[in-house]
Amino acid sequence: MNDVAVKQTPENTPSGWHLLFLAWILATVATLGSLFFSEIMGLKPCVLCWYQRIFMYPLVVILLLGMFPLDKGVIRYALPLAALGWLFAIYHYLLYSGYIPEGLQPCDKEASCAEINLELFGFITIPMLSILAYTAIIALLILFRKSTK
Amino acid sequence: MNKQIQVSIAGALLIILFAVAVVIYNEEKADELTDNASQNASLLVRDYSPTFGNEDAKVTIVEFFDPACETCKAFHPLVKHLMSSNPGKIKLVLRYAPFHQGSDYVVKLLEAARMQNKFMETLEATYASQATWAPHHKPQPERLWMLLGGVGLDLKKAKEDMESSTVEQRIQQDLADAQQLQVTRTPGFFVNGKPLVQFGSQQLQQLVDDEIRSSY
Repeated sequence: MNDVAVKQTPENTPSGWHLLFLAWILATVATLGSLFFSEIMGLKPCVLCWYQRIFMYPLVVILLLGMFPLDKGVIRYALPLAALGWLFAIYHYLLYSGYIPEGLQPCDKEASCAEINLELFGFITIPMLSILAYTAIIALLILFRKSTK
Repeated sequence: MNKQIQVSIAGALLIILFAVAVVIYNEEKADELTDNASQNASLLVRDYSPTFGNEDAKVTIVEFFDPACETCKAFHPLVKHLMSSNPGKIKLVLRYAPFHQGSDYVVKLLEAARMQNKFMETLEATYASQATWAPHHKPQPERLWMLLGGVGLDLKKAKEDMESSTVEQRIQQDLADAQQLQVTRTPGFFVNGKPLVQFGSQQLQQLVDDEIRSSY
């Protein structure tokens, strides 16, 4: 028994593995959450929402593959996606909060990017959730990189 | 705990959470829609609404439809089948919900055909040729005229009648009622005032069967 435990310990706590795991959970929650908003609640995703989805959904797969077996290089694929998604999320948030004028919206008639569809507890909006998810994923990936150096 | 197991448990928990959220959300939505429909029951049928079947039937199906909608076309035979398999027990009330661009033109044509007592024939010809005049959700309703040959409409008269302001008012009224009743997609069904919450042919059949059972 002891033998097994000793053998498993280094494998069980690879440096930074849990950071990736946490980032993967966040990406999965964001993916399922966005699908809930669009498919279950029937909120139509606007163009900017789609760009953010494009960069979030692959993270679920890429981070999972980077975890088995642990691949330190996963950051090379995951971080650029997360960074681009983060930029779109920031842009969307500025549009949503009115810092960017309506005329610059890349939106079609069907779903407006500036229209506020959902406010949880009166202040949490979908673009804000997107920024939070992307920021946390980026932070975790950077921590992962530091811990594997 | 082994890594694979941690990830599997996390993944399974997230999916279960999602599924539970879906069930809870759908139940709440169903309650909300049902409450809303009973509060707005007076908007379900207007005195001008085209009605089919036995006047005294105890089961009323209200269908909000769009002539350019493929699903409405697909459900039309089903609704007819429900009526023919329960003779005299079902009344069908049609309401207009021309959500597609250009559909209101076709609704006007239907109203004009109704003045010539050819509503149902025209509607069926419209559905039958839907793929030709409304390809890929881009209705070109003007093309419909060429496709109505078999119906026997006085086309010249229909073209004049279409322009009446009464027809336009009816469309606007139906659209306003649809909005109030939270019909955002077509076809939108209500059976004896109860909305079809989970959309599907089985569900519609079930709802109608339930109402027939409790009314007869």
